[in-house]
Amino acid sequence: MTQVSMTVNGKAVSVEAEGNTLLSTFLREGLGMTGTHVGCDTSQCGVCVVHVNGRPVKSCNMFAAEAEGAEVATIEGMANEDGSLGVIQQAFQDNHGLQCGFCTPGMVMSAAALLAENPKPSEAEIRAYLSGNLCRCTGYHNIIKSILAASGQEMKVAAE
Amino acid sequence: MYAFDIKRPSKLKKARKILKKNEGAQVLGGGQTLIPTLKQRLAAPSALVSLARIDELKGIRQKGDELIIGAASTHEEVAADGTIAALSSLAGGIGDPAVRARGTIGGSLANNDPSACYPAAALGLCATIVTNKRKISADEFFTGLFETALRDGEIIKAVNFPIPEAAAYEKFDQPASRFALVGVFVSQCKGDVRVAVTGASEDGVFRWADAEAALAENFNPAALEGLSVDPAGMIADIHGSPEYRAHLIGVMAKRAVAAAG
Repeated sequence: MTQVSMTVNGKAVSVEAEGNTLLSTFLREGLGMTGTHVGCDTSQCGVCVVHVNGRPVKSCNMFAAEAEGAEVATIEGMANEDGSLGVIQQAFQDNHGLQCGFCTPGMVMSAAALLAENPKPSEAEIRAYLSGNLCRCTGYHNIIKSILAASGQEMKVAAE
Repeated sequence: MYAFDIKRPSKLKKARKILKKNEGAQVLGGGQTLIPTLKQRLAAPSALVSLARIDELKGIRQKGDELIIGAASTHEEVAADGTIAALSSLAGGIGDPAVRARGTIGGSLANNDPSACYPAAALGLCATIVTNKRKISADEFFTGLFETALRDGEIIKAVNFPIPEAAAYEKFDQPASRFALVGVFVSQCKGDVRVAVTGASEDGVFRWADAEAALAENFNPAALEGLSVDPAGMIADIHGSPEYRAHLIGVMAKRAVAAAG
């Protein structure tokens, strides 16, 4: 066991971890932050996406020790300071961007990474960026709509 | 996963020392392939030696007519570079954004997955793989399925790519994994034409000699008309038969030549 220290959502944390402890396990079991989900555990589904030094990573596919000294951001840090929903979260609620909600933490974190790079993405750019995030309710349409809304854009409706 | 320690040296020499001292220790790049492998208990390293803190392995720079890419450069960093457009576009098409933020060029080449994209770029551009011991030409580097010329404890430091006159990579995505069902990298460099194929052969990445000869005469998709690849030795899986892949090589090669021209 070694002590692993990092900053999570702006707060310094330090917990003992084994060499093979995944960042997702560190967050969920070491810190009790269960907002980050683990779905496939094979790095396919993207529900475990968090930000490490501003970049999206699959936390089930990175060792906690590799995040030593890093700035980590998780879904728990996406709400506003008063506890109300952040812009992306609110857009997901307003646009039915979640059904069962299991994939939502990863979707929101990927969306946040995308909007930080590209504040007005096209629908195609959003779809491409979410290629590593799976929603088994297949609610993709409203997820795209939510992210467009969070970026102040409306979804183009196909001609009737 | 089996238990192991992670070492995070900040110098390459130190990494070498740890590898020498710990029998069964393994190098950890971005971990995008190694971690899933460890989870399946397909590997049981005594320790992992992370390369993430070693500055000597980082950075992308142009030196003369070569682009030198540090082995620990992530796919995302190579995608953003743009000096060799075909290479950056290839890197930007690997996996998904989260994979590209962690996965490294050195890790991908050392793993030599038969469906990975980078081996096609290295072979298709006649890159030189620079290790802590020697320089290895891409022609000598890839020796078979998940096999390379790397010896035990040898670490890739950088990959030197000649900057080509023209190049393009066309990949037919396997949509679930986003690996190449078939990917073809073509280039024209110092008068040489290269056509490197990934995703197709059971032996991993290879050069399509007939196509190279035809394109050396006439660098045009039409030059590939009538050429075919023998399906023997091509990968057969649920996504495509050997015949399908052999056919796809011709299609993707033509598209790549059109894109490069």
